[in-house]
Amino acid sequence: MSQAQTLSPAGSRGSWADAVERALPKIVVAPSFVACVVFFYGFIIWTAVLSMTPSRLLPRYEFDGIQRYVELFGNDRWWLALQNLAVFGGLFIAACLAMGLLLAILLDQKIRAEGFIRAVFLYPLALSFIVTGTAWKWILDPSIGLQKVVNDLGFTGFAFEWIKDPEMVIYTVVIAGIWQSSGFVMALFLAGLRGIDDSIIKAARIDGASMPTIYRRIILPSLRPVFFSSFMILAHIAIKSFDLVMALTGGGPGFASDLPATFMYTYAFTRNQIGLGAASAIVMLMIVVSIIVPFMYSELRRSRHG
Amino acid sequence: MFKLKLAAIAVATLGMHAAGAAEVEVLHWWTSGGEAKSAAELKKMVEARGNKWKDFAVAGGGGENAMTVLKSRVVSGKAPTAAQVKGPSIQEWGAEGVLANLDSTAKANNWDGLLPGVVANVMKYKGSYVAVPVNVHRVNWMWVNPEVFKKAGAEVPKTWADFPAAAEKLQKAGFIPVAHGGQPWQDFTVFESIVLGVGGAKFYEDSMVKLDPKALSSPTMEKVFDTFRSVRKYIDKDAANRDWNLATAMVINGKAGMQFMGDWAKGEFTAAGKVPGKDYLCLAAPGTEKSFTFNIDSFIVFKQQGADAPKAQSDFAAAVMSPEFQEVFNLNKGSIPVRSGVSMAKFDDCAKTSAKDFADTAKGGGLVPSIAHQMAVPAATTGAIQDVVTSFFNSSQSSKDAVAKLAAAAKTK
Repeated sequence: MSQAQTLSPAGSRGSWADAVERALPKIVVAPSFVACVVFFYGFIIWTAVLSMTPSRLLPRYEFDGIQRYVELFGNDRWWLALQNLAVFGGLFIAACLAMGLLLAILLDQKIRAEGFIRAVFLYPLALSFIVTGTAWKWILDPSIGLQKVVNDLGFTGFAFEWIKDPEMVIYTVVIAGIWQSSGFVMALFLAGLRGIDDSIIKAARIDGASMPTIYRRIILPSLRPVFFSSFMILAHIAIKSFDLVMALTGGGPGFASDLPATFMYTYAFTRNQIGLGAASAIVMLMIVVSIIVPFMYSELRRSRHG
Repeated sequence: MFKLKLAAIAVATLGMHAAGAAEVEVLHWWTSGGEAKSAAELKKMVEARGNKWKDFAVAGGGGENAMTVLKSRVVSGKAPTAAQVKGPSIQEWGAEGVLANLDSTAKANNWDGLLPGVVANVMKYKGSYVAVPVNVHRVNWMWVNPEVFKKAGAEVPKTWADFPAAAEKLQKAGFIPVAHGGQPWQDFTVFESIVLGVGGAKFYEDSMVKLDPKALSSPTMEKVFDTFRSVRKYIDKDAANRDWNLATAMVINGKAGMQFMGDWAKGEFTAAGKVPGKDYLCLAAPGTEKSFTFNIDSFIVFKQQGADAPKAQSDFAAAVMSPEFQEVFNLNKGSIPVRSGVSMAKFDDCAKTSAKDFADTAKGGGLVPSIAHQMAVPAATTGAIQDVVTSFFNSSQSSKDAVAKLAAAAKTK
């Protein structure tokens, strides 16, 4: 106390500098924090407000209750988009996880040229979904792509026309999505595998455990956090998926490969139904929240206790 | 500011043209080749009348990007002088209360006399001109490769009843009868030509413009869907998501016999060095030679701050409607002038036919707005009907079900 008093003149300067120093991180972070609040949460609120108005061409702020949501869930095209999302999301996530894990385990067998092979599988990730979509559009087009090549090889009976078939077209989106993303999941799993302590596996070996048992009982369980983060990333890719569908099928044939994101774009921006578009955006947000939040909650709680 | 106002009032009372250069900012998406040339032409004309031109071009196909930009500009209170908006969207913008009035310009230049009534109505909101038309595209065209028909020994169909026989012959001879791109708007374009061809102009107007439930769920509409289904049989398997110009190319290089597409397809033939009447035929779609589905580009004008804005707006609108601009623009774009009194001497035969039919149908009836190109009903309704049409075309739905869905979709507000 007395020391503080004797140092009083210098101390006041010092405490000011201290205050600045203490506040500095907050000052530096503030702009991005404000931007985040305004442009992220602010716009979520704005969208929610719009979804409860009769807005069409321009925003019009008259409260209209849940009328837009009633319209939305009376819309066949919306139901098709949701159904497509279930098919696409389910298969895309499951297949990416399975493929990624398989590739990672195979790569982890101390093979030759691992770096090269890893790059090959990871490479699709470097492409944007637009490029992936366009490339696969050509590959899957029966008149120029895969089917034609196989037919030209002499297998004239071969037919692969999913991309032209309204019932099957959504599966072509799944194929392109898996091609793009499974390499990325592989990289995550590979990092996870490398992080597992070798001594545990050696100990298990000594105890006489077979390789499949080691994978099932030790390796896979310890990859749980990787499963978790992969799932989170894949789930949000699936739900916001827009560019892939646009480039690959344009939502067609007709609107057979519509996803909620393309639905939202169509209604909000080309059909002058901003209210309805906003309602669909909010429902998409709810889907994300309802899947990810419980999952995140249980995982985070586990890790805190674990 | 006060002085400026005084000056403006003085000018207005004298009816003279102010020398002060008002800015004309025009939002458009004419960014490619011929269209960009036309925009430059317009700029010259507006500047010749003592205004400053500020280009506000937003590229991107059908103008979806431009519309998004426009909305944000209007919401933030900085609307451009004019923007490229067409069809019932003009009325939608009008309902937002942001459009300026062009009545005095229209009166001074006799727009009511120069434009067909149906077209003038599209340009008006509550009886006042709020938009100025640029051009007319005819949608109900059939592009025919006569060589293909000759080789197959088939007659070019004059009605939809003749269509299956001709298409069958083409198919037997190893050609693709109908070149088509399976995108919703293209499906819809074919559909509207069938509505017009099977039901006639009156039926088209009742069902596609007035959305009369009786017409929509009539047996005629069921027949329309049956015909639509029969067209489906004669397109190739790979049509899905094909762009329209690639379908046109199939007619040009003799793979396919015909295509149902608006007159922008002509540009593809011209670019390939083909001559109308010899290498290709431009005919009205079966059963529609006495009618004309129009797709008209137009500019809406926004309310502006500043006393000299109305004059600039009026100069701009007058320039768009002037015979010189109408000629030069439409020669570049492949469409026809929207107003009467423009010489057609420099236009090709297809455009001449189109212009003649436009004038005739304007007088005798049969001039109807294209629903597939957002000229007939508001965007939301157009979209809902398009969904029905395209999902019928891409499934095995029965015509009866489709008619019921159509009637329901027409109620979309």
